[in-house]
Parts: sequence; structure tokens; C-alpha cells
Amino acid sequence: MSVTIKMMQKIMRNNNEIASENNTYFHEHGLRVINVMASPGAGKTSVILGLIEILREKMNVAVIEGDTASSIDAEKVSAVGIPVVQIDSGGRCHLDAQIIREAAEDLAAHDGILFIENIGNLICPSTFNLGEDLKLVIASVPEGHDKPYKYLAMFEAADIIVLNKIDLKPYIDFDEDSFRAGIEAINTKKAPLFTVSCTTKSGIAELAQYLITQNQR
Amino acid sequence: MHELSVTQNMLELVLSEADKAGAVRVTSIKLVIGELSSVIDESIQLYFDMLSEDTKAAGAHLHFRYIPASLCCCTCGKDFPKSGSNFTCPECGGWARLTGDAKDFYIDSIEVE
Repeated sequence: MSVTIKMMQKIMRNNNEIASENNTYFHEHGLRVINVMASPGAGKTSVILGLIEILREKMNVAVIEGDTASSIDAEKVSAVGIPVVQIDSGGRCHLDAQIIREAAEDLAAHDGILFIENIGNLICPSTFNLGEDLKLVIASVPEGHDKPYKYLAMFEAADIIVLNKIDLKPYIDFDEDSFRAGIEAINTKKAPLFTVSCTTKSGIAELAQYLITQNQR
Repeated sequence: MHELSVTQNMLELVLSEADKAGAVRVTSIKLVIGELSSVIDESIQLYFDMLSEDTKAAGAHLHFRYIPASLCCCTCGKDFPKSGSNFTCPECGGWARLTGDAKDFYIDSIEVE
């Protein structure tokens, strides 16, 4: 005999429970955690390195680096003397809460800002909460102004949006008004938008200042 | 591609519910997918067929109910479902904002024997 069982169960429940435990762990250790997400090559590592230069004068900074197959990014962070744990995701397209828990315990960071550099991808990472305080999403000028319209879930989830490589704007057909209108339509949290260039360093200080203010909350 | 781990989670929830009910077979699974959940039904089906092999959910029929994202016009306040990448209000032509629902992705119910 066939029976219907009403479940009404969120499929991401397990991950969300671990993420919430992670968040408690981070706060017990005095850490504000920023999940940095973007497509490959948008400048996640460069933005983090730019921020480290400024933030390290004021507080501890640590990084968890997610990478699909190499330790290139972790080596860059390590080279500037910042504690870093590399997660080799083995081809996986996102980080999840469980893998972050293990990495955080290895890192043993405390009292400051912890950046998590997610896997370069504008789709999958948006589904997995890690226990972060803020989701920072980076788009870059060469990717085009249509990104918010195409990757709704990612731009909807963002707490901070960064438009990187702004120094390339004179050379690229990038409609900044359309990009901004898309963000306004999609991001109901009214996330602040910072335009930056990691090459000229423009805008990085403002972004760092915003993170410092958020950290004092 | 994250549908692989998502489907694994879904299958575990279904099998544990079926065990609790003392069922021998799961015949159908009703899933609800919001547009903002970033989950593709075809991928779920593909991974489900692989992962459910040799479990009591093997061969279960997956039903998907899709919830489109909704928009609200900033000018006249009209609510309407999003269609394509159009953010203009069908009523007044104003610019509309996402209302942030349609993030859900859940198992509505299962049928077991």
C-alpha cells in the first residue's frame, strides 16, 4: 500500500546547522568572517591582499583559501606573512560548512578578520552558508555589466559588492549604470557597492574602512 | 555541479524518513525549487539516478515544483513574477526589484510503500 509522508524539509538543513555552529565558534574566538565569492579571475586574491595591507595595521587577519587544484593563492597570502590554510577542494565547485569547520580548527586564528576565499564560481557557492558574518561578492569590469542579471542568487545574497578592475573601464564596453541598476533591482539588502582597482589601489582604503567599521559592531 | 552534494543531502533525508516509516520502497519524491536556490532539476535527476541505485529510493519518480522569483515595481508597487531578465513593470513600465523570496529548496513529501 502506498503512503504519502509530508516532509517539508529544507534540503540544505544539515549544512545550515553546521554553518550556524561555525558562526558560534568564530564569535567565541573573536573573529568576523567574510566569505569572498566571485568568478575565476575577478580578483578575489588581489582584493584580499589589498585589504590585508591596510587591515593588518589594525587587527589580526587570517585567510582560508579554497582552490580547486593548486596552492598558488595560499602561497601569495603566506608570502606576506599572514596565517593561511589551504583547502584543496579536489575539483569541487564550492566550499561547505563542514570543510570550513575543519580548516578553522587547523588555522586557530582569533580576534580579527578571517577571509574565506571561496572557489571561483558565481553559482554553486551561493547555496552553501559557511557560518560567515558577511558575503562579499566581487564582479570585475571585463566580465561585463550583465552579471547581476545572470547570477541572481549570488548578487541577491551579497552583503557587500565590489566592482574590481575599474581602471580598465575606458577600454571596455561596460555600462556602469546598467550594472548599478541590476544590483539595485536584485539585492534587497541594499548592499554597499565599492568600485576598486587592485592595480591602482583606488577604492581599497574605502572598502577596508567599511570592514573596520563593520568589525566594531 | 553542486547538485551532487545537494542531491546526496536530499537522498539521505528521504531514506531516513522512509526508514522511520518502516517503508520498503520510496516510489515518488516531491521537491520544491525556488528560482533563487540555484538548483537545476535536470542535474538533480541525473545525480539522483546515480546515487539512489541500490537504495530503497531507486527508481523513485521525482516531481519538481518550480517557484519563479517575484518582482515588485518601485513606482506603482505591483507584484509580478519575474520572466527572463526583464525587470520592468508590465503595468506602468517602472523599474522593479526582486522581493527576495523563491530561495526555498525543500522536500514537500514522499510516497512510500
